[in-house]
Amino acid sequence: MPNATQLKKASPLTNTNVSPSTNVNPSTNISVLLQLDNITFAYEQMQMQFDLVVNRGETLAILGASGSGKSTLLNLIAGFNQPLSGDISFQDISILAKAPAQRPITTLFQEHNLFNHLTVKQNIAIGLVPSMKLDANQQAALEKAAQQVEITELLNRLPGDLSGGQRQRVGIARCLARKQPLLLLDEPFSALDPALRQEMLRLIAKLNKEYGITVLMVTHNPDDALQIADNIAFVENGKIALHAPTAILVDDNAPDMLKRYLGK
Amino acid sequence: MIANSHKYWWCSALLAISIILLLVGGSFTALLNFSQAELDFSSVLADSYTRHVISFSFYQAALSTGLSIGLAIPLARAFSRREFIGKQLIIKLFNLSLVLPIIIAIFGIVAVHGKNGWVNQILGFFNIETGHYIYGLTGILLAHLFFNVPLATRILLQTLDSIPSESWRLASQLNMQSRHIFITLEWPKIKQQLPSLISLIFMLCFTSFAIVMSLGGGPDYATLEVAIYQALKFEFDIEQAVALAMIQVAITVALMLFSAIFLKSQPMSAPSGNYFRRPDCHSLSSKIADGLSFMLASCLLAPPMLAILSSGINSNTLNVLSQPMLWQATGISLQIALSSGLLSLLLACAILFSTRILKVRFKLMTLAYGIENIGAIILVVPALVLGTGLFLLLRPYVDVFSIAAWLVILVNALMALPYLLRVLNQPIQDSFASYDKLAISLGLSRLQRLRIIEWPLLRKPIAMGLGLACVLSLGDLSVIALFGSQDMQTLPLVLYRQLGSYQLDAAAVTAIFLLTLCGVIFYLFERIIGGKNA
Amino acid sequence: MKHTIKKLALCTALLLPSLSLSVANAADKPVLNVYTYDSFASDWGPGPKVKIAFEAECNCTLNLVALEDGVSILNRVKLEGKYTKADVLLGLDNNLMAEAIKTKLLAPHQQDTSKLSLPNTWTNEYFIPFDYGHFAFIYDSEKLANPPKSLAELIERKDLSIIYQDPRTSTPGLGFMLWVKAVYGDQAPQAWQQIADKTVTITKGWSQAYGMFLKGESDMVLSYTTSPAYHMIAEKEFKYKAVEFTEGHYQQTEVVARLKDAANPELADQFMAFVLSPAFQDVIATGNWMLPAKQAAALPSEFGKLITPAQTIEFTPEEVAQSRKSWVKEWRNAVTQ
Repeated sequence: MPNATQLKKASPLTNTNVSPSTNVNPSTNISVLLQLDNITFAYEQMQMQFDLVVNRGETLAILGASGSGKSTLLNLIAGFNQPLSGDISFQDISILAKAPAQRPITTLFQEHNLFNHLTVKQNIAIGLVPSMKLDANQQAALEKAAQQVEITELLNRLPGDLSGGQRQRVGIARCLARKQPLLLLDEPFSALDPALRQEMLRLIAKLNKEYGITVLMVTHNPDDALQIADNIAFVENGKIALHAPTAILVDDNAPDMLKRYLGK
Repeated sequence: MIANSHKYWWCSALLAISIILLLVGGSFTALLNFSQAELDFSSVLADSYTRHVISFSFYQAALSTGLSIGLAIPLARAFSRREFIGKQLIIKLFNLSLVLPIIIAIFGIVAVHGKNGWVNQILGFFNIETGHYIYGLTGILLAHLFFNVPLATRILLQTLDSIPSESWRLASQLNMQSRHIFITLEWPKIKQQLPSLISLIFMLCFTSFAIVMSLGGGPDYATLEVAIYQALKFEFDIEQAVALAMIQVAITVALMLFSAIFLKSQPMSAPSGNYFRRPDCHSLSSKIADGLSFMLASCLLAPPMLAILSSGINSNTLNVLSQPMLWQATGISLQIALSSGLLSLLLACAILFSTRILKVRFKLMTLAYGIENIGAIILVVPALVLGTGLFLLLRPYVDVFSIAAWLVILVNALMALPYLLRVLNQPIQDSFASYDKLAISLGLSRLQRLRIIEWPLLRKPIAMGLGLACVLSLGDLSVIALFGSQDMQTLPLVLYRQLGSYQLDAAAVTAIFLLTLCGVIFYLFERIIGGKNA
Repeated sequence: MKHTIKKLALCTALLLPSLSLSVANAADKPVLNVYTYDSFASDWGPGPKVKIAFEAECNCTLNLVALEDGVSILNRVKLEGKYTKADVLLGLDNNLMAEAIKTKLLAPHQQDTSKLSLPNTWTNEYFIPFDYGHFAFIYDSEKLANPPKSLAELIERKDLSIIYQDPRTSTPGLGFMLWVKAVYGDQAPQAWQQIADKTVTITKGWSQAYGMFLKGESDMVLSYTTSPAYHMIAEKEFKYKAVEFTEGHYQQTEVVARLKDAANPELADQFMAFVLSPAFQDVIATGNWMLPAKQAAALPSEFGKLITPAQTIEFTPEEVAQSRKSWVKEWRNAVTQ
């Protein structure tokens, strides 16, 4: 566990309006980062209703069968979908009226994270300013992010020349450079080989630990959750049916619905 | 549905389809107003000429379709069985059959099959008298085959290529003969493709205009489309033209609905990646069959093409190229082609930039397809009728001398629209479906999206589509045949008149000139708009 | 991208305005638009000479708008209606006069038509004649040794091939249709079916048909008794001849009229007067290869070698106007049997 001063230096969060977190241990000094309050939504005849509290520094895995509404949950938080009712607040301030780009959130999608006709560098830069014209500070942030995910030597390549893992690294570098406190992952590693997948998960865990980024990860693989998540939210029929520490996945006394999903 | 995304995305499609529907509706209103007299369908239908035209339209279309597909099936099998140098080139050339200006092909066919054409010269050497087989049904069939055999072969070859290579390995282990392979492997695939292929070719032949007008030779061989032209141009009988047009619309709509029944979502499997030599390529019978197919196809397709390419340089070349008429026609053709190409592109983009949002964000597929189909309305509304209606509609407001140019631009733009919609639909949808969320989450503005995402992704398809639309218009001979005059001639019209007055030498020069122009336009668009990677 | 879009915008801006394809509006001279048929306006027709002669006296621009054939002129004006830019229609014939007058677009002429060289007297108040001739079939006497002596023989013989013009677009075609109708009456459909068997093709205009015949596409072609004069005078070629039919020949009188709403009525009237003047009439015989309606200079001697029909046939314009549509239908149905 790095100490607070180290964190303060290294954290990309210091120049956002988020007060620098000094402790990422959920057991002490808990502060609520994101709250979904009675959010309702309808999608193809499915009524959804979500209540959720996410703490600062938490890594939350969102599990559930396909079609259960777990991706919709992420879309609602990111602002790609607008709920019928309810509120979403970030540090007690509603972000419901904000456009996706104005929310303190950055998203890593399963695919199409990169524009194939732009270089790696441009792909990261576009996350900082849409015009891709960077000032010195932004340039430094870009290079730092590239270093952190070890893609410095790829900066001038086109995404088409990269491997799947390298492409997702670039996506993560952009997320880092954007310095948003909340990272949403929409099954970003499900198309990768097991070894690469492990590597990516370790990278995410590292970012979470070292920079205090809060992570929400949709996955259909319980192992992902076991590896890096503090808690899981189990989504069924458009509702969060269970919100519990990750250990419940290996608990023989888990509720039946979870066991059914896990195939136990 | 999406927070803060721009609200007026539906405007462009609404505007585009309103313009299209207004043009079509206005045109029909003008025609009906002008004819005043009640449309008397029963008397038009009772007229033996009308019935003759309808039955001839069906007859020649059925015959053309049957012969085209009948030849295309063995030809596609032959292509799939054989590997030879130039095969890819030939298949590429087959792709051109949709853009080759019809009147150029007609020149090639007349040069080969006309009274003083190659065939008669060769036969004349042996003192065989063939007479005039080109005017009438034979000529029409020759031309329809020239266009549709390559089209059908290419589509069927694609179908055959989608048979997985595992099937071929299996067939060779089981020692299947050519006949069995056809029955168990190929025919089921072909059968899936046939309904759409038959309806496509039948429709192309049923509404055939330039070919029938040029090679029909008199009223005996007229399709409905030509009969409409004759009613308008020869007799100025608007009632008759409108009645015939209604009949044609009814029949084409019925044909489309009929074929739609068979077109229930057939999965188009991708071509199997790894090539496996078909086991039936070694038998003697297959070699004979393929040899015959190649020979027949070469006899049908190669001579007109060679005639087009070879006859351009003759004693008349400099003379024709120095005629101001040719250059005036070139100027007019280019103006019309570029304007109608741009208009068509504008309409296609206006429609597709809206429908992609319907499809991707709202999943309203039926509505989106409905809107796109309105864009393809020209497939059922005869261009000539639309042109005449618009003429009557616009003549109080526009100079009647210049009206023809505007009409040709409008109608040609609508005629290219179905093709453009097809070419651009997927790229425009993909550029959105893939990057919509990312662009929103990065907070890109409309303009930034256009500049950073859409343009680099779409410049190639746009170059291709614009080239296609311009070339289609450049080679078009439909509305211009109604309104053209000596001051308002396009290159296809010049070529048509040269053919009509039997100036074959001059026609040869015009044909190769027009062909070159088409190529240059395609090339320039790819270069200027398509970008470096084009 | 900006660069490309700029280029495109520039191209479009350059292209679109020029599309108003204005017809050579030289300087500020008034323009007289004359709708005529293509062989009249063509370089080898009388058009260029007529243009030079008229422009010399009118200080205007004579714009000859060439359409495919006589019937096309009428159809075009009907299509354009009162918005037409035509000031004068030149090249309709006696058979189309009544129908053209019915459009109510024409103005009466003010010319004296009492001293014409037509075989018949002229009384029409809208149209003045500018030339006339008789329809006839032309053959190559070196190829065809025994041409038919009558329309009946032409129709019945099985060894002949002919090309004629479509009566819906062309005045010779219309004339031929009326000729057959006049000779055969109710039997015309049967006659047309027989003709269909020997027809190589039906062309839209005269030039197309004649061009095909000269290339050897048929034994005979529908044209005029005066056509051989062209070959004799222009080509010194004497093998092309017209055959005289015992039933008589249908007469065509080509006419000109001005439109009521002509932009420049005085100029249009000046042109109408010009049509009957020697400057126009003298170019007809060896330009349009027809007989001038008001002959001034003597005709070239070769015209003396032409056949002169003993009998002429003609329907009145009113008869034609009344029945043209049904007769065309009868023809169309007969040849598509």
